[in-house]
Amino acid sequence: MKRELICIGCPMGCPLTVEMEGNEVKSVTGNTCKRGDVYARKEVTNPTRIVTSTVRVTGSALTHMVSVKTREDIPKDKIFACVEAIKDITVQAPVHIGDVILANVAGTGVDIIATKNA
Amino acid sequence: MFDIVIIGAGVSGAAAARELSRYNASICVLEKAEDVCSGTSKANSAIVHAGFDAANGSLMAKLNVQGNKMMEQLSKDLDFPFKQNGSLVVCTDESTRDGLQALLERGIKNGVEGLRIVEREELVEMEPNISDEAVAALYAPTGGIVCPFNLNIALAENAYVNGVEFRFNTEVTDIRKEEEGFTICTNNGDVRARYVVNAAGVYADKFHNMVSEKKINIIARRGDYCLLDKTAGTHVSHTVFALPTKMGKGILVSPTIHGNLLIGPTAVDIENKEGTNTTREGLDEAITKSAITVKNIPMRQVITSFAGLRAHEEGHEFIIGEVEDCPGFIDCAGIESPGLTASPAVGVMVADILQEKMGLTKKDNFIATRKGVLNPEEMSLEERNELIKKNPAYGNIICRCEMITEGEILDAIHRPLGARSLDGVKRRTRAGMGRCQAGFCSPRTMEILEREVPGFTMYDVTKSGGESAIVVGINKDRI
Amino acid sequence: MKFYDIVIVGGGPAGLAAAASAKRAGNDSILILERDKELGGILNQCIHNGFGLHTFKEELTGPEYAGRFIEQVKELNIEYMLNTMVMDISADKVVTAMNRTDGMFQVQAKAVILAMGCRERARGALNIPGYRPAGIFSAGTAQRLVNMEGYMPGREVVILGSGDIGLIMARRMTLEGAKVKVVAELMPYSGGLKRNIVQCLDDFGIPLKLSHTVVDIEGKERVEGITIAEVDGRGKPIPGTEEHYTCDTLLLSCGLIPENELSRSAGVEMSPITSGPLVNESLETNIEGVFACGNVLHVHDLVDFVSEEAAAAGRNAVKYINQLAEGGKSEAGHEVKIVPVDGVRYTVPVTVNPDRMDDTMIVRFRVGNVFQNRYVAVYLDEERIYHKKRAIMAPGEMESVKLEKEVLKKYPDLKTITIKLEEK
Repeated sequence: MKRELICIGCPMGCPLTVEMEGNEVKSVTGNTCKRGDVYARKEVTNPTRIVTSTVRVTGSALTHMVSVKTREDIPKDKIFACVEAIKDITVQAPVHIGDVILANVAGTGVDIIATKNA
Repeated sequence: MFDIVIIGAGVSGAAAARELSRYNASICVLEKAEDVCSGTSKANSAIVHAGFDAANGSLMAKLNVQGNKMMEQLSKDLDFPFKQNGSLVVCTDESTRDGLQALLERGIKNGVEGLRIVEREELVEMEPNISDEAVAALYAPTGGIVCPFNLNIALAENAYVNGVEFRFNTEVTDIRKEEEGFTICTNNGDVRARYVVNAAGVYADKFHNMVSEKKINIIARRGDYCLLDKTAGTHVSHTVFALPTKMGKGILVSPTIHGNLLIGPTAVDIENKEGTNTTREGLDEAITKSAITVKNIPMRQVITSFAGLRAHEEGHEFIIGEVEDCPGFIDCAGIESPGLTASPAVGVMVADILQEKMGLTKKDNFIATRKGVLNPEEMSLEERNELIKKNPAYGNIICRCEMITEGEILDAIHRPLGARSLDGVKRRTRAGMGRCQAGFCSPRTMEILEREVPGFTMYDVTKSGGESAIVVGINKDRI
Repeated sequence: MKFYDIVIVGGGPAGLAAAASAKRAGNDSILILERDKELGGILNQCIHNGFGLHTFKEELTGPEYAGRFIEQVKELNIEYMLNTMVMDISADKVVTAMNRTDGMFQVQAKAVILAMGCRERARGALNIPGYRPAGIFSAGTAQRLVNMEGYMPGREVVILGSGDIGLIMARRMTLEGAKVKVVAELMPYSGGLKRNIVQCLDDFGIPLKLSHTVVDIEGKERVEGITIAEVDGRGKPIPGTEEHYTCDTLLLSCGLIPENELSRSAGVEMSPITSGPLVNESLETNIEGVFACGNVLHVHDLVDFVSEEAAAAGRNAVKYINQLAEGGKSEAGHEVKIVPVDGVRYTVPVTVNPDRMDDTMIVRFRVGNVFQNRYVAVYLDEERIYHKKRAIMAPGEMESVKLEKEVLKKYPDLKTITIKLEEK
């Protein structure tokens, strides 16, 4: 099986072709540098993303929204599950950068943490 | 039953309302939009024409010159921005010089004062950026520029303070002549009136034709404009017109009363009377033709473009008077350029007609003056600090391009016929009218409207009423 | 009148970094004037991650990045005023500002650091025809509404402009439940990072149409539809290529303009290319003691470079004040012009005095097109002293070269430093 990707390492945007056998990467072509190879292997076997969003906050004089993120990457196919999981959350001020807003979001083992004080 | 119902709160309707409010009569203005100044009156050249353009002996010529002469005193009485910057009609082709002479003679016959022809040397001194092709110009020192919004708003506010009722979001759907007076059907129920003033702009034909067999036809004539940043505002100091030629009327280039530079309008007759969309061709034409009279216009400084509809009557004449086959129905139709200039005189003419017909008597408590939204920029540092001490909202800048404070926006919201929308705030204060076009201040102005207008939530905050809400929900509400 | 050594106009990333570095360079009389209700500037609404890889060696969100600098400013006890709008800066460095509690007041500074940032190009600047209904937002305004106020500006979205803010907002709107139908880009290439194209568009199946622009906006009260069309090489729409999208929202992400109204009224000379001040090796403008840094100087794509540049401005302001105390600015040396040619659009700074510069100085520049396998070359008058291949350069990515004092000092009669792209 072949997968086509665009490398995100630099503005060059090399068009990468990954040859797969099942879950195993046979070859990466089209890359100009090592970064393309590393990116392609990760992206086809275990694509992950940081998700950033907002939740409501009450009791803050400054704002009624506080920004949040997943502390680490989560699997790409869990992005929407993650957003759904925080949909109805309202937190109470004070909130500090790094506070855990929701532990183990969508069963990923990754916490949602605040990225702003409120 | 009202004595008088006026259809339309544009500049003509508001001027009529204000003049009629001098008399003992019950008056109601019906306006389909959410605010005054929402049609033709808000999108035009904002010029106070000297009066050399209209045909000799026409009503248009007479009211133009009268309106021009009234404007300065009115701007003082009602506190709206007006400046007599003078206008120039520029001839760029020696072979069409006769046209200048003809305009000069027409103007003199119309009673325009101070007209004279200036030759290239003097013209370049007056306007260093005038086209290299310019050979001469007709100079009209009585030409001026005005804030079209605040002229309209001031007239309406003053009418309101003198007892005129205003009903917004009220669209007239039918008019029936009854044994006594009229029944005016609207989306908000029927209204009864002894007399009706039809000041409905591009729709004036529709209402006229409901009650008269002598049909009129008002054509929406669209004009596209570009507005440039204040950094370009001194590119010309006079209003510069092109001498009309076989190729058309030409594009004007003018400073605005607020210090921007305006170019336009094009002229395209269209079917759709709501067709205030600009077009690529129109904007290109405005930009290209503006260069005929003025050179080096910094087009990179364009901050917005817009289109307005002139209420063009086929005979190109104002139709003001009682409809022949429908006594009690007063037309105020075909009010296209120079309608803004003429508006003070239009108001007087309409009021005179009704006064005579109805035998109206003057009020003894008419309030002839009005104060506009306080402008802190005109104050000294000390005065300004005194003001901020009394009302800290005047220390809080909301619109950073035009430097408009929260205090001014609160004033715009809480004054008579106050603003209910972002555009309403903008027309009253200029907040959002600057180079970033409300990108920065709109969320802040929205918050103020939500907080200050009783019963408003964020979803009631609109750009200009109706379906023009700015936000449609909260984050993730559809997930 | 209040008196401070250094007044910093703007408490965003540039102002904060300038303040911290000025304080560390030994000055205790610093005032930051910030118009918003909190420090941090535009970073507060940039809640996505990707900030700080250069500065902190980790990926932070905008508010976290700002938070680090806000902490520094607080720890260093630097004075700042919030909700305070600077109304005027005079050539003799009197800063007039206003807020609710102090009214309108003036501050006499010895040095002023301009750090006002930039604003978005509005629809008018693009001359897009059509109606003017509700539902047209600059991407940054929509970003503020969603990320800070929690309101959805619309449900079905078309985005014009594929700069990073446009791309980021495509993802943000999608994750908040809106449907982003297409991103149109006037240029034949995107100004945004490849990473953002993949992770903000491709991840969600949002099409990117290069060489396309909006040719009509429908809807009298609220946006009802958008028509886009392909453009030719000169950016003119090609008839017959129109495509219609039903939507209630148009987001515009069509470039940023340094916000220099205050600088201009003070008499600061501007570059017509960057729309920012022309500065020398100290990031000082034509007005002695007035410095500029961050997006008010030229639009950056990475905040890390803003912080770095601003820190230099802060140090230089302190140096200037110290020299004043010692009897005035050093008159040593002479000014050398830095000239961008052959694919290089501009440089910051535009002049350097080898005697006054630090041991090293970074010259930042942008190229005018997408170039592959070109060499960046630096010439001191006729002599090439630097020649290095870059696999790719694009207008959206700021480039830089480093100049060394030691090298420049070897050329006492140096008149011009030329920075250009060469094919070999």
